[in-house]
Amino acid sequence: MASTNSRMPSRRVTGPLLGAAGILLFLVAWEAVPRLGLVQEKFLPPASTVLVSLGQYLGQGGFWHDVGETMTAWALGLAISIVAAVVLGLIIGSSTFLRRATHSTVEFLRPIPSVALIPLAVLLFGAKLESSLLLVVYASFWQVLLQVLYGVADVDPVADSTARSYGLGRLARMRYVVWPTMLPYLMTGIRLASAVALILAITAELIIGSPGLGYQIGLTQSGGAVVEMYALILATGMIGVLINVGVRILEKRVLKWHASVRSEVVV
Amino acid sequence: MSTGKRIAYFLGLPILLILVWWAATLGSTNFYVPTPGKLVETFWRVWISNRFFTDFMPSIIRLFIGLAATIVLGVVLGVLIGSFRWLRSLFEPLLEFFRAVPPPVLVPLLMLLIGINDQMKIVVIISGAIWPVLLNTVEGVRAVDQVLSDTSRTYRITGMARLRYLVLPGASPQIMTGVRQCLSIGLILMVISEMFGSSAGLGFTIVLFQRAFAVPEMWSGIAVLGLVGIGLSAIFQLVERRVLRWYHGLREVQRDN
Amino acid sequence: MLSVSGLKKVYQVDAGEIEAVRNLTFDIDAGELVCIVGPSGAGKTTLLKCISGLLAPTAGTVTLAGKQVTEPPKAMAVVFQEYGRSLFPWMTVRDNVELPLKNQRVPRAERETLVNEALAAVELGHVPDSYPWQLSGGMQQRVAIARAVAYRPQVLLMDEPFAAVDAQTRADLEDLIRSIWKKLGVTILFVTHDIDESVYLGQRVIVLSNSPTVVQEDLAIDLPDERDQLSTRSSARFGELRGHVYEQIQLAKSKAQTGAVRVK
Repeated sequence: MASTNSRMPSRRVTGPLLGAAGILLFLVAWEAVPRLGLVQEKFLPPASTVLVSLGQYLGQGGFWHDVGETMTAWALGLAISIVAAVVLGLIIGSSTFLRRATHSTVEFLRPIPSVALIPLAVLLFGAKLESSLLLVVYASFWQVLLQVLYGVADVDPVADSTARSYGLGRLARMRYVVWPTMLPYLMTGIRLASAVALILAITAELIIGSPGLGYQIGLTQSGGAVVEMYALILATGMIGVLINVGVRILEKRVLKWHASVRSEVVV
Repeated sequence: MSTGKRIAYFLGLPILLILVWWAATLGSTNFYVPTPGKLVETFWRVWISNRFFTDFMPSIIRLFIGLAATIVLGVVLGVLIGSFRWLRSLFEPLLEFFRAVPPPVLVPLLMLLIGINDQMKIVVIISGAIWPVLLNTVEGVRAVDQVLSDTSRTYRITGMARLRYLVLPGASPQIMTGVRQCLSIGLILMVISEMFGSSAGLGFTIVLFQRAFAVPEMWSGIAVLGLVGIGLSAIFQLVERRVLRWYHGLREVQRDN
Repeated sequence: MLSVSGLKKVYQVDAGEIEAVRNLTFDIDAGELVCIVGPSGAGKTTLLKCISGLLAPTAGTVTLAGKQVTEPPKAMAVVFQEYGRSLFPWMTVRDNVELPLKNQRVPRAERETLVNEALAAVELGHVPDSYPWQLSGGMQQRVAIARAVAYRPQVLLMDEPFAAVDAQTRADLEDLIRSIWKKLGVTILFVTHDIDESVYLGQRVIVLSNSPTVVQEDLAIDLPDERDQLSTRSSARFGELRGHVYEQIQLAKSKAQTGAVRVK
């Protein structure tokens, strides 16, 4: 209350208005730069041209087919890595011995960039969905596993021994003590992984040539279809925004019951 | 825990895995997986050679220049946007969008705008890796404690002094989170930028090996990238532990209460 | 020395206006130790922020040594209630105390002396290289006091500084404030919601009414200058004064609310 600025009428209204103005300003600048000849149109087509092209794409079945391919790799890869990471994380996390024994290996494998696996994927699978999956799973697995391990480590020992004293078995404790503690961490992991998964799905398509939006972007680039290339890049950005928003809504839903919505651990 | 036990925990599983790998490839002629000995020998032959200067170093230098520029730009812009509410409101939806664009799609775009050269590769790294630094800095600057801010004002600590003694240290935990995320994205983009119409560099070289079906050489390239990733993460942890010593101590005290 | 005249502060919120302070007028002479006491929600913090130049009043003026306060004045230091949030956690105790001096470009040698003296005055000479969060709550608040003392202000404002420490520590800190005040001859304005504390510490107690705030009473405390936790607090006069302030506050609370828009 003390910091309320008395001259600012109502922030809730001005915020979105300014945001809309920001987008408008950006579009106007993008329109003006090529129109004024600051950058040639063959390198940077004006915003209106690109938006029209994007509109045309949205009406084409082929475009949606490509979106479907990309999203399949994204969703499948994400699902595999979440399941694998949760199962492994729970097993490793609930044993001190395993946690210590695997620490160095996890810390060694985690920073390996998943794009290093591109040649391997090409060699093993070629330009197919499996290549995308290999990269997506490798990249997102660590994000989720690490958060699950943090979450299991965060279990309150008092709560655990209370549950033990009431005769709850290993599985029941997993269900009623470990799982609820871990869930907020898991959601953080899923949020990070879902962004990374999209990056790797597109990368695989762009470089290996697995079917999907990334492959189409590669085609437009090599074919000199500049307007279409910009339109497709915009489309991938929009998919990214939708994924981010969707995951955030999911996170809020799942954690609604969580009395103290955990403030995020920095670092 | 005793030192011996700690070493056993540290080396136990890696040694076990290497033994399994060795046993599995013993006497096999699997085309895709070389034996550990063969890989080490290939690694030595391929990378401790002229290639170190023609392919490894240029990539690493570009990576470091890109990351340094990313961090500086990200923090400067983040402090600016985080300090003014109207700037934040103006840019928020745009930043949300730019952050969501998968960075690899920027490679074809920047190739078109800049051409295929070193600058393009560095700009690719910056344009993809800057978002986590920028957005985390904005959050960190915004979340500077109100009481601490009032305290600084009553002691007339303003302007650059406020930035140096209050805003930057206060935002440093968040900034470091952003920096950590930007390192892995930067490395990915370094590799990808070299896979497009390049004739040198780490990314180019491993794709070259793969196309020539030089499998042990390809694996050695993957190992190099892995080592670069591990090296980056080790440097980061070293710096982070120094910069955020106070933060980890503070959190530990808060947890105990 | 410090003069508050016709001070009024109205906050603009979405639901309308909140009148936190209606009309406050009082003067404090140089070297006085004045306590301001009032029921919780009486706008004490708002008042203090206006006096320290952190908030601009809606009407009225604050004058320090003949000059109107529009920004935090150089001759003033503030000690906040939230000790954990008013010290820089990334700096050691010494650096925390030294920072305002460094910012004022005080020469290094002089800084060193001032910091050491201030830390010694609050009996923290032995922990200059610790971080604030490694210390107990009472010790952290003493660091904040040392920082204010080293700054050599003419006026020291304290916003419920001991509200968050335990009773024993609190008694020690109260005596510390009395002794610093006597030694340095600084003017102290001490805001509290604790009636006993205000009577024990002050030469004068200003009782505020409930929001919207006006001065309910300005009471001189005629206790002997040498105060002692045991004998002063058990004296008959202390009991009378405390009873009087208590009545005034009850009276303030029961007064009808007018004018203010209540939000939540």
